[in-house]
Amino acid sequence: MAFDAQAERNFKVVGTRVARPDGIDKVTGKAAYGADISAPGMLHGRILRSPHAHARIVSIDTSAAEALAGVKAVVTGADLAQPEDEGFADVAINCLARDKVLYDGHAVAAVAATSKSIAKQAIRLIKVDYAVLPHVTDVDAAMKPDAPVVQEGRALETVPAGMSQNVTTHCQFGHGDLDAGFAKADKIIERSFKTAATHQGYIEPQACMASLGSDGRGEVWCCTQGQYMVRANCAAVLGVEESQLRITSSEIGGGFGGKTSTFIEPVALALSRKAGKPVKIVMTRDEVLKATGPTISSSMDIKIGMTKDGRITAARGELRYSGGAYPNATVDMGAQAAFAAYDLEAVETVGWNAMTNRPKEIPYRAPGAPTSIYAVESVVDELCQELGLDPLDVRLLNAARKGTLSSYGPTFNDIGLVATLEAAKAHPHYTAPLGPNQGRGLSCGFWFNFGGNTCVSLNINDDGTVGVVEGNPDIGGSRASISMMAAEELGVPYDKVRTVIADTSSLGFNDITDGSRVTFAVGLATIEAARAAIKEMCRRIAKIWDIDEDAVIWEDGCAKPAGPNAGTHPPMSLAEIAAIAGNTGGPIAGHHEVNADGAGVSFGVHLCDTEVDPETGATKILRYTVFQDAGKAVHPDYVEGQMQGGAVQGIGWALNEEYIYGEDGRLQNAGFLDYRVPVASDLPDIETVILEIPNPGHPYGVRGVGETPIVPPLAAIANAVSRAAGVRMTELPMSPPRLLKAMTG
Amino acid sequence: MVRVKLWGSLRALADGEEWVEVEASNFKELLDALAEKHPGLAPQIKRGVSLALDGVIYREAWFTKIGPENEVILMPYMVGG
Amino acid sequence: MKTIPVETTINGDSTEFLCQPDESLLDVLRDRLGMTGAKEGCGTGDCGACSVMLDGRLVCACLVLGVEAQGAEVETIEGMANGEELHPLQRVFVEEAALQCGVCTPGILVAAKALLEKNPDPTDTEVRYWLAGNLCRCTGYDKIIKAVQTAAAEMRSA
Ligand code: FES
Ligand code: FES
Repeated sequence: MAFDAQAERNFKVVGTRVARPDGIDKVTGKAAYGADISAPGMLHGRILRSPHAHARIVSIDTSAAEALAGVKAVVTGADLAQPEDEGFADVAINCLARDKVLYDGHAVAAVAATSKSIAKQAIRLIKVDYAVLPHVTDVDAAMKPDAPVVQEGRALETVPAGMSQNVTTHCQFGHGDLDAGFAKADKIIERSFKTAATHQGYIEPQACMASLGSDGRGEVWCCTQGQYMVRANCAAVLGVEESQLRITSSEIGGGFGGKTSTFIEPVALALSRKAGKPVKIVMTRDEVLKATGPTISSSMDIKIGMTKDGRITAARGELRYSGGAYPNATVDMGAQAAFAAYDLEAVETVGWNAMTNRPKEIPYRAPGAPTSIYAVESVVDELCQELGLDPLDVRLLNAARKGTLSSYGPTFNDIGLVATLEAAKAHPHYTAPLGPNQGRGLSCGFWFNFGGNTCVSLNINDDGTVGVVEGNPDIGGSRASISMMAAEELGVPYDKVRTVIADTSSLGFNDITDGSRVTFAVGLATIEAARAAIKEMCRRIAKIWDIDEDAVIWEDGCAKPAGPNAGTHPPMSLAEIAAIAGNTGGPIAGHHEVNADGAGVSFGVHLCDTEVDPETGATKILRYTVFQDAGKAVHPDYVEGQMQGGAVQGIGWALNEEYIYGEDGRLQNAGFLDYRVPVASDLPDIETVILEIPNPGHPYGVRGVGETPIVPPLAAIANAVSRAAGVRMTELPMSPPRLLKAMTG
Repeated sequence: MVRVKLWGSLRALADGEEWVEVEASNFKELLDALAEKHPGLAPQIKRGVSLALDGVIYREAWFTKIGPENEVILMPYMVGG
Repeated sequence: MKTIPVETTINGDSTEFLCQPDESLLDVLRDRLGMTGAKEGCGTGDCGACSVMLDGRLVCACLVLGVEAQGAEVETIEGMANGEELHPLQRVFVEEAALQCGVCTPGILVAAKALLEKNPDPTDTEVRYWLAGNLCRCTGYDKIIKAVQTAAAEMRSA
């Protein structure tokens, strides 16, 4: 769907800062999240998890647990179906292991009991006989030919023969003559980097309430980024039909990609089927960290050549990612994104994924991109330092723009990187003075953005109000944005529109809330649905006025005669038309179903000042500014919110957050005390500058904004810290002990 | 005829070719023709690919029209967070 | 385990409940009394999503036993608005978009109200340190700090 041609559209609702429709429920405690619903007769489910990083399950004896008073059901992997599809099969064995446990925290069995404490007791009565196997948790170690093999036979056809069976994915992108490019360089820097796995860290642990009858009919209430995804996974893992499962998404307490998979819903359904009662499962924080999706961990080599006036002549990256115990394609995206911000004559990125005994990687905002771009932007910064060049000017000189052959293949059309860099250069932050032990860092960021499968249904109510039904859980204010776009298109006030999120039985399929797609794709479908309703209203009014359909136009919420030839009929408002809908042909509605494309890639630039403490190695963020192209900011508050939230998650990734595994392969910091996410006192204000370079693929010019903001912080901070500390940091997180060690040699 | 560019690691499965020329007027025909011409690509195509048409990324839209004047790039299937 | 009867006052209403000796106040509120405004983000005192007031003191309800509420005054997010009328903090949080997913919001509002009762005119730094026990993963805290200051200014001039 193309950008509306009208030159300067005068938006009335879009671009304002209206109050969100779910605001009052959320500030009064009324909003119902995953764990907030109970049902009569409900049982409490609890999951037993492996204490081993890697072991064969010899036997599971559940008899003592079953015998405990109050225990109504016990299930193991044998109670789930074995889907043929590899993706569903992975979900199934990740929900409950079958032959092997693949990581510390892997689910092995589950119970449902009449109280939480009985369920807890029952778990301890399950006897699992494990044959412990050698394990591997480090990506470089996992790629060695003699490494313990996590799963056999999972390599794609692109992986060369003779590698460790842990290697599942190999990819390569790029163009041009690298040797010739490097030969032209005045300076070449080659560095290796490591980044730790981090967790999305949503504050609401996964929770669900599920019931399934012996007739295969079921209901699930859960916090998820995609109720249709939950339905598909549950149907496959339980061997029931999708039509028989109704999944309702609760209010969701954060996701960031982490709630794009299924861990507990099939288990709760299996327990419920056995017990004949609804079952609620709420994960603990320890379970969330041990068994739900962290990001990949990585090890990377980057080599870049530059002339002394700052032109990049060639660039090469080799990425080794591990997404835990299952294959995944995150490295594909990391490899494609790595050099996307640059206009390069010669570039190559090679990616590998290796399995390790860690939990299954689940996407986290712009999956794959933050780490590879961190490594690239670190080397670019070091080149600027070595050659005495201004890092912003060097980015501008090499920036990808319209017509650039991108490092991942296609030629860019309209992109906003140069404008974003120029905004950063013009901002007072860039030239503000710095004190001792302080450094300024800069990084570009990039993300693809997606559209995807979307259904929207829009109803004109008889009192002239409007109902929008969409199928994507609202994580950060999307119901407000969708209502705003409907109001804009229909020409009615925002508060006349109410948007609700449908359960899986009430609306057709929708992709998960991911890829920064909701404001873009659901917005696009909403605009189309509104246009369909408008067309219908104009058609009916044309009949009343006895003129041609085309002679009726829609303006300011009213049907009007198109011009003097159409007659002098007084305009009819949406409310007036709605009131007589029964007389003119029945209820008025519009709907739209689409697999939206044209989301439009997104660039951002972050500027960051840090001060390092030479005594302790602690880093303080002094000032932080985010520049990003939003295409058109539908609700600027929530665009800023995405930019600020993403930046702070990136700050956590850069400075503190990490999955720490011991020699025994067990996770050592499965709690918020030791897995330290940024708190308010760690941070300054996060300044934001929104640029609006319309996306040609959306009628209002909207671009997704949710993911790009987590990409630049890693390098922006690493560059600031490296400059402040006078030593190049090549490993994340730059926690105080690590930085202190680097500074003191 | 449409020219489609394969990403590096696929080339080994397509006789080392970077650009493959096939007869196609939309994505569906292009994917079918690619899999037929180079059976080594079939598993990847089945798992899912994206296609960039003149710089715009499409994930699954079979009936998107393409012609010799378009830049067509095969890309891995993408997911987000 | 035997349950213990507890008499307490919650948001001004006298309330009686039975609970097990090892049951947290958070579980009592959520599971026994149907007051699900306080959230469990960690259960270990690290996230503040369960913040409530106990005899005028800001506590993590996940670290307090239900039986400790005996004879005490408990205030939760459910008691913050006066009927239809929102507390200025609640209203400003909506107006200034100080929440995204909103799961941290009840805890942050209870904590911020406690701060403003002690210190009606805090600096940004004081707000940031006071709220350091309340994790928010969505907002980056920026709009939260600003909303607390807007509400504080409004309350001072009221
Ligand atoms: S649930 Fe009480 S502090 Fe996290
Ligand atoms: S708004 Fe989501 S955690 Fe604070």
